[in-house]
Amino acid sequence: MRRKTALAGAATAALVLVLSACGGGGGTQQPADSSSGGAAQPAFNAGLNEVYNPSTKKGGTLKAAHSADWDSLDPGDTYYGYSFNFGRLYWRTLTMYKPGPGPEGNTVIPDLAEGLGEPSDGGKTWTYKLKSGLKFEDGTEITAKDVAYAVGRSWDKKTFPHGPSYLNELLDWPKDFKGVYEDPDADYSSAVEATDDSTVVFHLKEPFASMDYVVQMPMTAPVPKDKDTGAKYKEKVVSSGPYKFETNEIGKGFTLVRNDQWDPATDPNRPALPDRIEVQVNVNADDLDNQLIAGDIQLDIVGTGLQAAALGKVLPDPALKARTDNPTIPRLWYVSVIPDTPPLDNVECRKAVMWAADRVANQTAYGGELAGGEIATNVLPPPIVGQEKFDLYATPGNKGDVNKAKQALAACGQPNGFSTTMTYRSDRPREKALAEAMEQALAKVGIKLTLKGFPGSSYFSDYAGNVNYVKKNGIGLAAHGWGSDWPDGYGFMQAIVDSRTIRDAGNYNLSVKNDEVDKLIDQASAELDDAARAKLWVDVDKKVMEDASILPVVWAKSLLMRGKGLTNVAYNEGQSMFDYILLGVE
Amino acid sequence: MFTYIIKRVIGAFAMLIVISMVTFGIFYVVPQWAGASPEAMASRYVGRAATPETVHLVAERLGFNDPVIVQYGRFVKGLVAGAEYDYGAGVEQCPAPCFGYSFISGQPVWPDLLDRLPVTFSLAIGAAVLWVVGGVSVGVISALRRGSFFDRLSMGTALAGVSLPIFFTGMISLVVFSYALGWTPPGGAYTDFSVNPAQWAYSLLLPWITLAFLFAATYARLTRAGMLETMGEDYIRTARAKGLHEREVVVKHGLRAALTPILTLFGIDFGLLIGGAILTETTYTLPGLGQFAILAIRNQDMPQVMGVVLVAAMFVVVASLIVDLLYAVVDPRVRLS
Repeated sequence: MRRKTALAGAATAALVLVLSACGGGGGTQQPADSSSGGAAQPAFNAGLNEVYNPSTKKGGTLKAAHSADWDSLDPGDTYYGYSFNFGRLYWRTLTMYKPGPGPEGNTVIPDLAEGLGEPSDGGKTWTYKLKSGLKFEDGTEITAKDVAYAVGRSWDKKTFPHGPSYLNELLDWPKDFKGVYEDPDADYSSAVEATDDSTVVFHLKEPFASMDYVVQMPMTAPVPKDKDTGAKYKEKVVSSGPYKFETNEIGKGFTLVRNDQWDPATDPNRPALPDRIEVQVNVNADDLDNQLIAGDIQLDIVGTGLQAAALGKVLPDPALKARTDNPTIPRLWYVSVIPDTPPLDNVECRKAVMWAADRVANQTAYGGELAGGEIATNVLPPPIVGQEKFDLYATPGNKGDVNKAKQALAACGQPNGFSTTMTYRSDRPREKALAEAMEQALAKVGIKLTLKGFPGSSYFSDYAGNVNYVKKNGIGLAAHGWGSDWPDGYGFMQAIVDSRTIRDAGNYNLSVKNDEVDKLIDQASAELDDAARAKLWVDVDKKVMEDASILPVVWAKSLLMRGKGLTNVAYNEGQSMFDYILLGVE
Repeated sequence: MFTYIIKRVIGAFAMLIVISMVTFGIFYVVPQWAGASPEAMASRYVGRAATPETVHLVAERLGFNDPVIVQYGRFVKGLVAGAEYDYGAGVEQCPAPCFGYSFISGQPVWPDLLDRLPVTFSLAIGAAVLWVVGGVSVGVISALRRGSFFDRLSMGTALAGVSLPIFFTGMISLVVFSYALGWTPPGGAYTDFSVNPAQWAYSLLLPWITLAFLFAATYARLTRAGMLETMGEDYIRTARAKGLHEREVVVKHGLRAALTPILTLFGIDFGLLIGGAILTETTYTLPGLGQFAILAIRNQDMPQVMGVVLVAAMFVVVASLIVDLLYAVVDPRVRLS
């Protein structure tokens, strides 16, 4: 017990040092007393590059709210950034993003594992060694078998349809594998195995370099086989992190309390400051912002920023604006320029769209620089590791170039322009505004757009992402947006530029169908050298822009409000929102 | 009377079947007319960037590959005889009436509906008391003091009440009374009656008043119009000539006759509210049937939509039946047959 306490103290001291180091580089004043928080002066962007209001004070209740419902609290069945971020309060994975602010938040560090993965066989095998002293909330030891089992169960997409499919696709699963529920005795060691109590080995079909990023996803959070209840596990998740569930009413909310079996000596990254975390879901989004502003709640879990109604209130008010951070997040809003629809099957016609677009008007449609984002000139957003900014279609003042657009149209054999249809999600006012801005800009060169809005919930399944619908209805342009699953080239781009992901319906890659892009993706995925891999992803980006099948609009920004009384607030680049495991309350 | 009730119950039952068919058709048949494949429908219920295999599995699991009539038959069978739910690690029995399991959360629909019913009841009953008492009283006084300052003020306020949408009055009242003045709790602060009755009333105070403001306006105007008409009738003059006290003339002879259309309206309004006060519950984040309905529709969660539509329809039908029965009590000229 004494050892545990001493280790806990050491871990806390280490964390304070980490937080202090993180907070040392910026210009915002740090509080004199970092043990209790509360002395920090609010300032715009104070949480971007340093920890705002650092504190080691434990206790209190963190009140959080969510404007919709969780997809699932089950680590094997969830696929939202907020869930990956928040879930680390009750689960631990093999690796994790480095907590805290600044660019280092994009790097992965060990969590359950002692170190990062050790690749072998040219990147086809990855081995992770677990720390000792890891326990579930019921006191049973966490072993490599629990991690391998968690990965094995997450394969079953009939039971867990929401979670990411990366490990389904990357690992070498047995051909006749039916999942751990249909065939409890199945041997899936060809994909993942526990070679002993502390060693997890992943076997991949092809070399893959970003494995450390993939295993920070919650599919590697350990699940005890004897407590697994399949699709009902989300009702009672067994914790491996610093908090466990006290209550859980699906569709209404839940409460987390301390997990006394979590040993801080094994976890120097989670300060676990609040005693209790209360979460309410399905809260009216506008009212949630009002509660955040007033101090009735301290955290908006979704972490995508304030709603339009609150922006109008916060941005003009210096006191409220000082409580916000405005990061550029790894998300691109863009227009898919679909090569299936003539005459856009001719690259010169697609380039005409690139030249004719008024980027400033498009940015304005998205809410301007603070609420919308920075004008994007290429696909990869700035927070992606190794990103390079380039511009193949630079125009004066970013307002479009009619002459170059007309030259491209002439080269395409459509000197007088052409007609096509642009889709957008009708429940997203910014996409509608974007479509209208595109309509006006393209009309100047003779490209006539017919605008069609569709419900967001069926946009990809029935309309813009449905191959038959696009072909039958001559959809040439489609408003789109994408955020990264992890901050490297693969994590951001693979799903939207790899032509081999395209299927009949539910597509997210609407327009990039280029063999050279696919080859470069394969090359980049297998490259183990970090710098060389990042360079290859920039090459993919350039190839897509040369193909003119994506018209970048803005690299998105969010306006995040720091809740009243929150301590240890820092924007984490890996999470693209505040780092939830650091938070405390005054 | 008994035959009348039986006839109405059979009629209501037939109507619920038609409603269920129409709702089912909107969700399953209309997308197919628009060319949606079973996989396209299933891709609404998977995570982003799901593989074709995942989408196909989900389409199979949700039964989208079966003919619509088979899917509808399965739904009806679940209502009548219950159903089974495979949750991977085992199979769960869903007893009748089984409305199925949410396509999104995997939770059984019927217990969720029952769980949310008390919230909606609480909201509807409190608001109904306020709007009936307030609306009818104001309407009566306005009618008796026609053209007075009170009449003009109350009817002007009533017009505002009818005109302003609840998501506007609700948000404004939250900002003013909850966040600026701190008199009322913030949104989402609902406390169950069984936990703390005082806190229950406190947590619903603002939603009650907001909702009652909307409805009271209509009732005040309707009562006023009814009373003005009734108070000009010959039998009112006769009652006064007989020397009855004015209060008795107004309440027993005037208001009673004016109440008939109000009772009709109240029955439908109350039934609709029990089916879900969508805007009020959404604005105030009350976990009732209204919030359930809007989330179900937003998520295109078919079993939840079916459940809430049928429950809401049932309440409207029951409320209108009760109203019809009460007609005979309120107005002696009405005879049920």
